[in-house]
Amino acid sequence: MAAVQETVEQVRSIDVDQYKYGFETQIESEKAPKGLSEEVIRFISAKKEEPEWMLDLRLDAYRRWLSMSEPTWARVDFPQIDFQDLYYYSAPKKFKAPKSLDEVDPEILKTYEKLGIPLREQEILAGVEVPEGERPRIAVDAVFDSVSVATTFKEELKAAGVIFMPISEALREHPDLVKKYLGSVVPVTDNFYATLNSAVFSDGSFVYIPPGVRCPMELSTYFRINEKNTGQFERTLIIADKGSYVSYLEGCTAPQRDENQLHAAVVELVVLDDAEIKYSTVQNWYPGDSEGKGGIYNFVTKRGDCRGKNSKISWTQVETGSAITWKYPSCVLRGEGSSGEFYSIAISNGRQQVDSGTKMIHLGKNTTSRIISKGISAGRSNNTYRGLVSAHRKAEGARNFTNCDSLLIGNACGAHTVPYIEAKNPKAQFEHEATTSKISEDMLFYCMQRGLSQEDAVALVVNGFVRDVLQQLPMEFAVEAQKLISISLEGSVG
Amino acid sequence: MAADVRLMKTAAELALADAFAAVKSTLPGDAAVAAQRTAAFETFASVGLPHRRVESWRYTDLRALLREAPPLASAAGPEALARSLAACPMLAGMEARRIYVVNGAFVSDISDLANLEPGVSISSLATALGAADPLVAHLGQTVASSDAALALNTAFMGDGVVIALAEGATLSRPLHLVFVTTEATATAAYTRSLLVMGKGASAQVIESHEGPAGAAYQVNTALEVVVGEGASLERVKITAEGNDALHISTLLARVADGAKLANANFTLGGAIIRNQLLVQLAGEGIDASLSGVSLLAGKQHSDTLLAVEHIAPNCQSREQFRTVVDDTARDIFQGRISVRQSAQKTDARMMSRALLLSDTAESDNKPELEIFADDVQCGHGCTTGSLDQQLKFYMMSRGIPEKEAEALLIQAFVGEVIDAIGHEGVRAALTDATRNWLIERK
Amino acid sequence: MTPLLEIRDLHAEIAGGRKIINGMNLTINPGEVHAIMGPNGAGKSTLSYVLSGKPGYEITGGEVIFRGVNLQELSPDERAAQGLFLCFQYPLEIPGVSNMAFLHTAANSQRKKRGEPELTSPELVRKVRELGKQLGIDTDMLKRPVNVGFSGGEKKRNETLQMMLLEPYLSILDEADSGLDIDALKVVSNGVNAMRSPERSMLVITHYQRLLDYIVPDVVHVFAAGRIVHTGGKELALELEATGYAQYQNEAA
Repeated sequence: MAAVQETVEQVRSIDVDQYKYGFETQIESEKAPKGLSEEVIRFISAKKEEPEWMLDLRLDAYRRWLSMSEPTWARVDFPQIDFQDLYYYSAPKKFKAPKSLDEVDPEILKTYEKLGIPLREQEILAGVEVPEGERPRIAVDAVFDSVSVATTFKEELKAAGVIFMPISEALREHPDLVKKYLGSVVPVTDNFYATLNSAVFSDGSFVYIPPGVRCPMELSTYFRINEKNTGQFERTLIIADKGSYVSYLEGCTAPQRDENQLHAAVVELVVLDDAEIKYSTVQNWYPGDSEGKGGIYNFVTKRGDCRGKNSKISWTQVETGSAITWKYPSCVLRGEGSSGEFYSIAISNGRQQVDSGTKMIHLGKNTTSRIISKGISAGRSNNTYRGLVSAHRKAEGARNFTNCDSLLIGNACGAHTVPYIEAKNPKAQFEHEATTSKISEDMLFYCMQRGLSQEDAVALVVNGFVRDVLQQLPMEFAVEAQKLISISLEGSVG
Repeated sequence: MAADVRLMKTAAELALADAFAAVKSTLPGDAAVAAQRTAAFETFASVGLPHRRVESWRYTDLRALLREAPPLASAAGPEALARSLAACPMLAGMEARRIYVVNGAFVSDISDLANLEPGVSISSLATALGAADPLVAHLGQTVASSDAALALNTAFMGDGVVIALAEGATLSRPLHLVFVTTEATATAAYTRSLLVMGKGASAQVIESHEGPAGAAYQVNTALEVVVGEGASLERVKITAEGNDALHISTLLARVADGAKLANANFTLGGAIIRNQLLVQLAGEGIDASLSGVSLLAGKQHSDTLLAVEHIAPNCQSREQFRTVVDDTARDIFQGRISVRQSAQKTDARMMSRALLLSDTAESDNKPELEIFADDVQCGHGCTTGSLDQQLKFYMMSRGIPEKEAEALLIQAFVGEVIDAIGHEGVRAALTDATRNWLIERK
Repeated sequence: MTPLLEIRDLHAEIAGGRKIINGMNLTINPGEVHAIMGPNGAGKSTLSYVLSGKPGYEITGGEVIFRGVNLQELSPDERAAQGLFLCFQYPLEIPGVSNMAFLHTAANSQRKKRGEPELTSPELVRKVRELGKQLGIDTDMLKRPVNVGFSGGEKKRNETLQMMLLEPYLSILDEADSGLDIDALKVVSNGVNAMRSPERSMLVITHYQRLLDYIVPDVVHVFAAGRIVHTGGKELALELEATGYAQYQNEAA
């Protein structure tokens, strides 16, 4: 029952007392001057030894950003951010792209070990057959503040034709691929935070899966914000060429700090004919303390473009961290017969504010989408599902099924559902249902009559509530999610 | 960013400002009412006509749709009044007390004001405002709203019906408020009505709106309702405006302990129709039902905004909306159920369903939940699609012609709402109206 | 012999003040099967909730001693660990929680409270599958969420399986036959009868005599207006079937 116990703890107080990843790594870093200007952007671009066109793209984004204003439609409330009071680039000092893990600063390796990501141990396993039943191997790109510090399994992936490297490296090694797809899903001017990201993004992962290749292992990026007053602006670009498949995982943590920190990432997915990307996130940024002090502002733009016929994108997210979450992983269902999925668990507590959901934009014929969202609000938090499902004129035969359920624990929190359902085609069929309730007292009594303590009964019911979504996570990641919302009952019995 | 301050005012906005300046001194009411009008117009002027950046109007851009501000409608002549008596033919046979508001003015001459039930009073708003009737103190006090269209109504309200039911008063037959526009030219009418129901009072109220085809007239009408403790109100609103008309209607209802409110909207006619339903369940143990049927064809654009606010514990609300959209028509439903922290044990369910009959029909649906109390059961559902082809095939295989099979399915679809209407005569009339709409459908 | 359950002058009400149990006395010795019969609305289900400790049901007078412990001081899960099992008239559905996981959690929660070694997964799975076979519950049903989408009969079989796995000292069967066809009734009764032993007792709450053909009681009580108004042997059930409850209702009033 340990896992169940942990769920209760987690649900009760996802705050400073519970946050296990709040330590800080003592390491010297090199920063760009504070604030944002063309000079800072040139500095970042020069640091990354980028091609000229990339610098131009950044500067163009910056100039456009100056004339934009922050979105105000989300149900989140926070003081105005002073964008001149942030560092936009921070890298471990003496940093140069390591050729092997031996060149990585041992302090950083230790950090990732503490976070449960033993890069070295993984690397040792490279090329070794994994006995059945053992942990499957995962290639990891570890991003520390503004730079990627290590990427494992590079060679083995290369042999399969898969490109998996920091985007800064890809800009140098595969400029044509990056140029072709970067900004093609999330345009430079998409929204305030995405435009800011386009101007200043520092690192992130680049993945290209060639035609017909099923990526031989899970790919994963682990983000860590360490430095103070530093924004993290990573950029991820994943391209699944015709008939390929990749499962990609993303994790994130940050030290406990009293100040709020900004994380404004952009993720772009491109899926061509018959290809599939499965993108999973366990978001565990520092949420601030129980009084709402500190925590990450997580303003993220994630979008996938199902460009090819019968292509597929599946987003799964487990959101437990961040002071504010503003995030809508979306699918543009362009290719005929393409499909999009969004599975989400969002838990909010303390003073956390979550405004998250998805957009399923049906453009092509016979496109399908499915949305399963489970929100759990506790403490004094507010948890909003916001989603759009739309069918355009040509989206004949489009289908969507949406289910949004919210659970309230305690009487000082809020749970909100704001769906937009827009149909311009009669042959599109949309179904949406949503419920909000507290845990049924009768259900709890039934469990207790069978011998479960009240806490265990609550945990059991919560576990059941989120199960549909948890099942979507890749096995390996489910373990990490279990640590967060611990739903390990299934595994314990045959 | 002060994005709301716009440098350019549209022609219609400027015309509205001119019109208000010109008529405000002639509109009924004392100094306090005049101040209320001015404040309301300032509210309007500060934001202008609602546009798609205003969330509650995101699908109906009034700034683009309302191009002109036509002159206020003038009083109808005898011939027009005589014609008005034949208004709302679908309810012609029904026993009811009929009150006429023609071209925005309460017409007592043709209204049935004789032998009012004990404890019941009915008068014109203009008269009530002129005489500083204490009832008018309710105006603007039922449900707070900063809606710009409602602000325009408050600024310009010329006349309407003021109804009061004393404690325990009961209407022996339905009250039918017949709103008619008779002029064939473009005019504007701003009517405001008030219904105040005392403890345990009971009423059935029908409101119908209609006018001539081919006239680009505008109607901005509002009804404020106070449903007292244990009172019971069934209201049915039939919108059957002319095919070029713009119709904006706002219901503001405040409901007290143990009361019952059933409101049904039936929308058939008008070029642009906007129905706003703002309902506050302010007392415990209320049973509320808000429902609607829209039958849209041609280029019609109908937008329903519903906001039900649960404030007190142990209330139940049911929201049921059905819409059938043909040709290039567009239906919009934005419904929000809010549950405040004080409203424990709320039981609220909303269902909105759209049936699209043509390739160019459109439906936008935004069913929203906003919950701050934990011990609640709330849900909403929403579906969009075309007729069930399998059902249609099944019926055709039994010998029913395609058109008829469709008609039967559509009637069953809207029947779920119509059948729940309490008054048998109204129910039958709306069922017939649906059938006629289906027959006229090409 | 120490009684297993002793109810002394019990008064109880539903939160909000409606008095349902009104001076009830009952003693059940180990190994006995008691039936409680009575008209609808007599408070039979309330009795089962009061005994198992459902929130909102309050004891306002008297006491209930179960295996030497005053039940009023125990939470529902502690009562369960003491060996009190309620077979629900309307078993609850728990979405997302598989039957097997639920059984595992319940069995080990109780064992832990009693200081007994917990069952390992293989042990439990073996045990549950055996019981499932007896009750006609297939493996698929065990993987499905608790009671979700189960028919009335399947739910009752599932309740019986839980009872047989948890091996309680006292099983309260609340209208165990409602929603059952004859075949399911036989399966459930066989399961219940298999549980009968010198140290285990049952309290069978039922409106109809039918169930008592299958689960034959030692003692039959007539329950009306919140207390026991008449007690007899198993033949009393047949008598009631013929004459109805009217005479006892008058008696209670």
